[in-house]
Amino acid sequence: MPVPENHEFFIDPGRCIGCQACVHACSECDTHRGHSMIHLDFVDRALTTQTVPVICMHCDSPTCAEVCPADAIKRSEDGVVQTARKPRCIACNNCVLACPFGVPKMKADFELMMKCDMCYDRTSVGKKPMCATVCPSGALYFGTRDQIESLRRAATPINQFRFGEQLIHTKVHMMVPKSRGREIVDVAAALFEAPVGQDMSLNILQ
Amino acid sequence: MATLPVSRLETIQRFGPHLSYPAGMRLDTAEDPDKVVKTHCCFCGQQCGIQLKVKDNVVIGFEPWEEFPFNQGMLCPKGVRRYLQGAHPDRLTTAYRRDANAAGGFSPMPYDAAVRRVAEEIDRIQSTHGADAFAVLSGASLTTEKTYLMGKFARMCLRTANIDYNGRLCMVSAGAANKKAFGIDRSANPWSDIPKAEVVLIAGSNVAECSPITTNYVWQARENGAKVIVVDPRITPIARTCDLFLPVKPGRDVALFNGILHLMIENGWIDQRFIEQFAVGFDAVAEHVRQWTPRQTAEVTGITESAIRQAAEWWGQAKSSFLMHARGIEHHSHGVYNVLSTINIVLASGRIGREGCGYATITGQANGQGGREHGQKCDQLPGLRDIENPEHRAYIAKIWGISPDDLPGKGVDAYEIFRKIDRGEIRGLLSICFNPKVSLPDNNFIGRMLDKLDFYVAIDFFLSESAHQADIVLPGSLQEEDEGVVTSAEGRVIKINKCVDPPGEAQQDWRIIQDIAAGLGRSRGFTFNEPREIFDELRRASAGGIADYAGITYEKVERQLGVFWPCPMDDHPGTPRLFEHGSWNPVALGRGPFYFPDGKARFNVATYTPPAEDVDADYPLMLTTGRVVSHFLSGAQTRRIGPLVDQYPEPRLELHPQLAEQLSIRDGDWATVESRRGSCTLRAQVVRTIRPDTVFVPYHWAGAKSINQVTIAAQDPISKIPEYKVCAVRVRREASPPAYAQQLEPQQ
Repeated sequence: MPVPENHEFFIDPGRCIGCQACVHACSECDTHRGHSMIHLDFVDRALTTQTVPVICMHCDSPTCAEVCPADAIKRSEDGVVQTARKPRCIACNNCVLACPFGVPKMKADFELMMKCDMCYDRTSVGKKPMCATVCPSGALYFGTRDQIESLRRAATPINQFRFGEQLIHTKVHMMVPKSRGREIVDVAAALFEAPVGQDMSLNILQ
Repeated sequence: MATLPVSRLETIQRFGPHLSYPAGMRLDTAEDPDKVVKTHCCFCGQQCGIQLKVKDNVVIGFEPWEEFPFNQGMLCPKGVRRYLQGAHPDRLTTAYRRDANAAGGFSPMPYDAAVRRVAEEIDRIQSTHGADAFAVLSGASLTTEKTYLMGKFARMCLRTANIDYNGRLCMVSAGAANKKAFGIDRSANPWSDIPKAEVVLIAGSNVAECSPITTNYVWQARENGAKVIVVDPRITPIARTCDLFLPVKPGRDVALFNGILHLMIENGWIDQRFIEQFAVGFDAVAEHVRQWTPRQTAEVTGITESAIRQAAEWWGQAKSSFLMHARGIEHHSHGVYNVLSTINIVLASGRIGREGCGYATITGQANGQGGREHGQKCDQLPGLRDIENPEHRAYIAKIWGISPDDLPGKGVDAYEIFRKIDRGEIRGLLSICFNPKVSLPDNNFIGRMLDKLDFYVAIDFFLSESAHQADIVLPGSLQEEDEGVVTSAEGRVIKINKCVDPPGEAQQDWRIIQDIAAGLGRSRGFTFNEPREIFDELRRASAGGIADYAGITYEKVERQLGVFWPCPMDDHPGTPRLFEHGSWNPVALGRGPFYFPDGKARFNVATYTPPAEDVDADYPLMLTTGRVVSHFLSGAQTRRIGPLVDQYPEPRLELHPQLAEQLSIRDGDWATVESRRGSCTLRAQVVRTIRPDTVFVPYHWAGAKSINQVTIAAQDPISKIPEYKVCAVRVRREASPPAYAQQLEPQQ
């Protein structure tokens, strides 16, 4: 039996510790063994240990599909945007360039775009996606909205993102501090924000 | 003779470390499994529940085990990839003897002949030089059954006093301090108390990399409104978003906690009623910390006065709290005092032994807790008993069916064993689950001492760097090839279940030990047929002791998903939280919560002393060492798992940009870190996340890449833990790469 519809995916980057358990677990999947569909980004290791896990956000109107000249990228009825269809994909790389979140990966060996399909093999039999199961810090979480809201009182799930003129609604939610008081994450503006966290010079006796 | 039979490079070419990968390189891990076994990860002391998939007697993958309460399916990268150590090309599947003419310096030999040779050599050394001339080094990643058997084997079969274990590099400072303060050596609380705390204080623990699952408990506390305080010379991932970061100068922890206690007393942030009713020794400690004014504390610790005051205020005024520490404060020549100084602020707050009021050391090794309870420590007998206590000796001698007079006395610690080799007092060595040539400080000395031995036998599943110098190597078992219990960081006894049989002539370790006993003609007491029989004897041996396992059975462990000791009787559920009113305490017998005859905890004066080797004009920087998330301990396992090596291939020297600029070092440059003992050339990583007066190198690598060539063998006088966390070094840029860069793969 598949997981109930009210189970959703939440990314909570403030919890990420950069351990890469998600990256390793993803590449253990039977359908793309040895290839992780997750990007784990170090914001700027010279400055900070801050890291951000990026899985596919599963957009309501996926830019990757919109720019695909071969109509190879399909979105399922339940809103999961899938890896390109092998018979159709022409490995043109349009989707890789166009995705605002930088998710799709071009696998030149297979001449195929591959991406996170939210562990369709697992969710279809009632299991949580693998990355959200193993993540040791709760940065990747799969459950109901009630569960996440009772566990994360200081944050609120947001699924609208602005990239310049483009506004995107996604199936996956990002946990944003309530104190920020927004309903939309302005990603382009966030690019200019400094890394968040402790500063070595702050409490050191000079 | 135990020198290297051939060059190190030749041994590496034959025996690795080579890398294994899930697909294309080795085996097809995509097949449907024959069975899925519920067990635990083989690596750290968290002991996450995991299910291993087995096909044709090979572990081919994993599946999260979401029902296990501690980790609920969560895993770190080591747990995800741990299965790749099985069916590895480097796996030892036969016994070997050193042979300079053989490929890699070792030639295979029949197992029975190898065991005969080992028994002959032990007999020869002991009859010529005395029983104590043969030493045993054991490990805390073994199951508790095996650790019990190792202690029994050394004392009853070999009759040597000289057995110690690699928990000496790990848990002994915390253990000694816990016994001094509480009378018992175990984390006081289950981890479920962490999210219930108002303040979480983490001292010297890179939680996110060394015990990743604990992160979720800390974050959950934060979600519930807790303040998180981290004490560390580096901004580790857990420190990055903490509420208060205390960038302590390495080796100055006592000063910090004395300073916090000073402010707690000054402001009345102490629980006077608790102190009077449940503790002794407070007045002497209060008198001692009077000198630790905020200004004095700031000067010694290198932390601003305002940050110290903030920490004292939050800690002092909290209604509930959890203090946890790890090797960061324990790996010091005054590690016991460091721990005692943290316990003093816990006791003064009165916040222990209740829900949401906790204290714990975060155990490092898989069985760091269980492995330090049942008699493989040089001064200890099963059940956390004392080898010098006549009653304890008599009890264990009776279980073993020997006279207490035949039980050896206290031996020496793991490092002192090597000094005894130097003095010619120890001539032979058996090691299991221990890679001292990588993991001990000043390890060029360790290499020379292995050279000096008349005979060295290593039990190993891969040829570790220490085993490179062995005369005989006996092929032991991986964790998934045997069953038995281990005790996790929480004090929870859990069950490791067997997934596969050992390959070839490899044997379960306890069988090898029994075979050697038989070879010596001393089989009595070493005729167990399965781990369950060893466990049943261990339960009797631990009964009445502090670490009482008498009421624990394999079935109960499986039924309850773990049993917290003490568990003295069949109908006892175990003791998740220590020091609670009415909880099992065979020492105080109702007189109070702590494990002393009067039931009261002990405050201990913690005197500050600088590190054994302070900086000076020649060696002006502090070196501190530790771990990274994708490797474990000496790397004998993780340096053979391809994806973990890819994540962090080679050790790097972390230094602050201010320091880097002074030394003209850029990110990625080669740089040499040098102490009075040795040097190590590595690539620099320039980061703002470390104190500018301190450099950091992880210790998982061997040979020229081993930072333990540089570290100091100074030890705590009480616990004998080495001072890995601070010594004096200098750093210089190198114009060209070291020789190894051309010869060796990253993991080698």
